Amino acid sequence: MRHLMSPLDFSVEELDQLLDLADDIEMHPQKYAHACDGKKLATLFYEPSTRTRLSFEAAMMNLGGNIFGFSSAASSSAAKGESVSDTIRMVSCYADICAMRHPKEGAPMVASAVSSIPVINAGDGGHQHPTQTLTDLLTIRSLKGRLDHLVIGLCGDLKFGRTVHSLVRALARYEGVTFIFISPEELKIPGYIKEDVLEAQQIPYKEVERIEDVMSQLDILYMTRVQRERFFNEEDYIRLKDFYILNNKKMRLAKEDMIVMHPLPRVNEIAVEVDKDPRAAYFRQVQYGVYVRMALILTLLEVHVC
Amino acid sequence: MLNIGGLHEGFVLDHIEAGRSMEIYQYLNLDKFDCCVAIIKNAKSNKMGKKDIIKIECSIDEIDLNALGFIDHNITVNIIQDDRIVEKKRLSLPKEIKNVARCCNPRCITSIEQELDHIFVLTDPKKEIYRCKYCEEKYRRKKK
Repeated sequence: MRHLMSPLDFSVEELDQLLDLADDIEMHPQKYAHACDGKKLATLFYEPSTRTRLSFEAAMMNLGGNIFGFSSAASSSAAKGESVSDTIRMVSCYADICAMRHPKEGAPMVASAVSSIPVINAGDGGHQHPTQTLTDLLTIRSLKGRLDHLVIGLCGDLKFGRTVHSLVRALARYEGVTFIFISPEELKIPGYIKEDVLEAQQIPYKEVERIEDVMSQLDILYMTRVQRERFFNEEDYIRLKDFYILNNKKMRLAKEDMIVMHPLPRVNEIAVEVDKDPRAAYFRQVQYGVYVRMALILTLLEVHVC
Repeated sequence: MLNIGGLHEGFVLDHIEAGRSMEIYQYLNLDKFDCCVAIIKNAKSNKMGKKDIIKIECSIDEIDLNALGFIDHNITVNIIQDDRIVEKKRLSLPKEIKNVARCCNPRCITSIEQELDHIFVLTDPKKEIYRCKYCEEKYRRKKK
């Protein structure tokens, strides 16, 4: 039995297979409509999420399976003080697979250690968000045709942005990828990503503060939101939340085939006017998220569709 | 030369960086031991200039040498049995340590679930970097 804690849990070859399966699901959705008949997905969301939870639920429903779960810690037995380990032991008796989001980092790993069903990390604090990474990889591969030899700019909250951390780790495994980190001093990419992932493998990267200085070099611009819930101090949040706003003026500096991605929800870091630009890929990214979660559920449940 | 005579069975932890003996005392939970413990601070050392030494009179199974390797792998462990040094042990960095250090990341699951073991994994032996198994926060050694 396998779990998904980090995007690195899959080898590059396994990832290719997963993305191929997601491609096939996109092309032939009917073929998979009953692949998970009688199976149940538990969505254990200890903190609010619209997109990820609905994406998992849509994915399981598209496969013919059923869903149940909770969408905040207040509506779970965590409010009564139940540990993550006890909750997953209980849920293992009800469901075939579970997706867990938790504000505390490492909570899904604690669950996976005692679970008798596959556990998918659906986001743990500022740490990892592997299914968003799978979504991002599928989006990049589908829209750029490759995962190697790309210049990717990651912009905004790179300190607490778990999607960024997971994506960097995943893309670092492909040849010829260059990272450009665009952030204010206070929200820079953590040292452990630079030291353990990039410098350890001699992967080129640079850190800049102004988006305009690097826009023309990018194949992909990955925007992120400055998340209020990651700050202990409201003043810091207010000071940094509007640091970067992508608009049509900045988009004019970019390559014609660059794509703009965003894990969503956006607040105001991408002006609405950019939505009409054909390079805006963030809503297509949402659709790819459903396909890749369907592929993941099938893979972890070891369901094979001929 | 320091005389370690009189120790029938136990350890002499030698070549401790000067000033770190109390930190090691705490890491090894020596306050909970009922045995005789002697701490020598700022002893003269040809190799280090100054060093600390801890002498512990206990059964040789009672000390977690794995933890000691994590704290400072340059320490020499002299194992004493029947009043004699029977082994001079060099320490290495353990791959994993359990409940020797606590994760200080307030966002880590260990901050709210008290029954969880605090586990750190050696992620970079060259730079001697340990990270929390759960949240990957780097272990920050206490400043002297």
